[in-house]
Amino acid sequence: MASVNRQVLPGFALSLGYSVFYLSVLVLIPIAACFLKASTLSFDAFWHAVWTDRARAAYALTFGAAFIAASINAVMGLLIAWVLVRYPFPFKKLVDSLVDLPLALPTAVAGLVYSALYVPTGWLGQYLVPLGIQGAYTRLGIVLVLVFVGLPFVVRTVQPILEDLDPEMEDVSASLGATRWQTFRHVILPLLYPALVTGFGLAFARGVGEYGAVVFVSGNMPFRTEIAPILIVARLEEFAYSEATAIAVVLLVLSFASLVAINSIERFTTRHER
Amino acid sequence: MSASAVPNGLRRAQADSVWVRRGLTIAALLVVGLLIVIPLVNVFAQALASGVVVYWNNLFGDHDTFESIKLTLIVAPTALALNVIFGIAAAWAIAKFTFPGRTLLTALIDLPFSVSPVVAGLIFVLIFGLQGYVGPFLRRDGYAAMPYLLAGLAAAISVLGYLALRPTHREARHRFWNYPWSTIVLGCALVFAIVLLPQLYLDVWPHGKSLKIIFATPGLILATAFITFPFVARELIPVMEAVGVEEELAAVSLGANGWQLFWQITVPNIKWGLIYGIILCNARAMGEFGAVYVVSGHIAGQTDTMPLRIEKLFQEYNLPGSFAVASLLTLVALATLLAKVALDRAEATRRRAAAEETTASAVETTS
Repeated sequence: MASVNRQVLPGFALSLGYSVFYLSVLVLIPIAACFLKASTLSFDAFWHAVWTDRARAAYALTFGAAFIAASINAVMGLLIAWVLVRYPFPFKKLVDSLVDLPLALPTAVAGLVYSALYVPTGWLGQYLVPLGIQGAYTRLGIVLVLVFVGLPFVVRTVQPILEDLDPEMEDVSASLGATRWQTFRHVILPLLYPALVTGFGLAFARGVGEYGAVVFVSGNMPFRTEIAPILIVARLEEFAYSEATAIAVVLLVLSFASLVAINSIERFTTRHER
Repeated sequence: MSASAVPNGLRRAQADSVWVRRGLTIAALLVVGLLIVIPLVNVFAQALASGVVVYWNNLFGDHDTFESIKLTLIVAPTALALNVIFGIAAAWAIAKFTFPGRTLLTALIDLPFSVSPVVAGLIFVLIFGLQGYVGPFLRRDGYAAMPYLLAGLAAAISVLGYLALRPTHREARHRFWNYPWSTIVLGCALVFAIVLLPQLYLDVWPHGKSLKIIFATPGLILATAFITFPFVARELIPVMEAVGVEEELAAVSLGANGWQLFWQITVPNIKWGLIYGIILCNARAMGEFGAVYVVSGHIAGQTDTMPLRIEKLFQEYNLPGSFAVASLLTLVALATLLAKVALDRAEATRRRAAAEETTASAVETTS
């Protein structure tokens, strides 16, 4: 089939060649340059750049906040997907399309408006701050804005699976005397695990790299609300290019690794179901 | 079984009690309301807080803000165009053919998704920056490379044109269409020389002047293209795979050349996927912040795109101005969502029509 296509349809060499060329020029060579630059550092210098107390605090906050936000996204995304698929309510179509807003809204706008909402004079801050809940310029603010940024991923991965679920399984489960909760817990939820993991992974990956939204809400205090991308920018602004590159390489490797890990978990859960 | 008693056409076994239903619906609406609706309304409320006149002045009375709008309207479409060409090429290769490394290529397309925008900006600084790999050369005598770049580009375009217009039918190939390799090599050299020599002799490019990539518009375009790299390709690959190759094979057997095949068969088939990819890619390109933050020199009125302008105004405690720019980008986001809904609806109608057609033809053949 393939070889037949290649002989008959035009443009194989052209399209593949161009794709590989563009991919190399725009993505692969620049990323390789980043690793190359980092490799010119001595091990000591590299270690000194990436393992300072400030950098460690930044990694912990970056991955911790992304993890918490993605976990919240998994729960809320499941809830929203469930309600959108199962229950009728007014303005359902509108709500359904609004879920995609974080994908289309520039992250700088999200950061700007979240920082304005949770300050003491903001729409939500005026009620929350007297209760002791500081949503602006704190770690909580970072998690909040990451939850916003990652929300569509879980909803959009779980929703189609939920729609295609065979209703007979629930019939069978009910006829065998299971309660609705038991049916959900033991029949429906296991089927949703792969989609949940995928959505979680996408939200997590997005949260780890996020800069635009966080820079507005975090206040960027070293050790407290400084995430790794902000630290990289801070190093760049001091013209400490090697140190910035070293931290960037750590961030790159960690996000590739978590992507691979999430992919294998996903593959494992999918196989586990079958 | 009175399924009609159960809402939404679900079976009785799927029906949760009224209180569960209401509770979960309210919880979900609260989440959407708090996370999405309130911020959305707040953007416009803040932007218009001091009235429409102030809003208008914040947008078009402020020189730097106006320049940032213009810059975004240059950077985003250019990056978009680059990625559309790549997306079509990659989807054509991946969806219509099998080849070794196909899975790897598909995976590599997603690579920019896992790179933090700040890191994406940094890697271009490392290449084109003053301490970078080609930065010193660009600064010393950057324009010296321009004639060769332009000539190479012209040669590449002529090769593409030759390949696209070459007839697929053997009988239709006369003269130079029959000798692809020699034509390409000779033609390439000829075009390269024709474009290069006049530039060298007429001395059109300045000497000893630095060519700015980073901290200038080209860097902004590169960084934006990197971040939005996967969008069009990812939309198009499944669409092209679903369409299959039958129509294209038929067109080739009728003697269509690559150009005709592309515009008359492929483009109509992938139209909706392509438009969807373009609007999604455009929304991200206009709103990209982290990567352009690093490669922009933050020169007000020159290298600030709209998202960067938002940040600068925010730093200057000019919240109304900041929100005014933000409201424009929010309108773009809302238009993107609206276009997505419209495209989904068009797609559903088309699919239903196609399904009816197949049933009708099936009935015809059976009767």
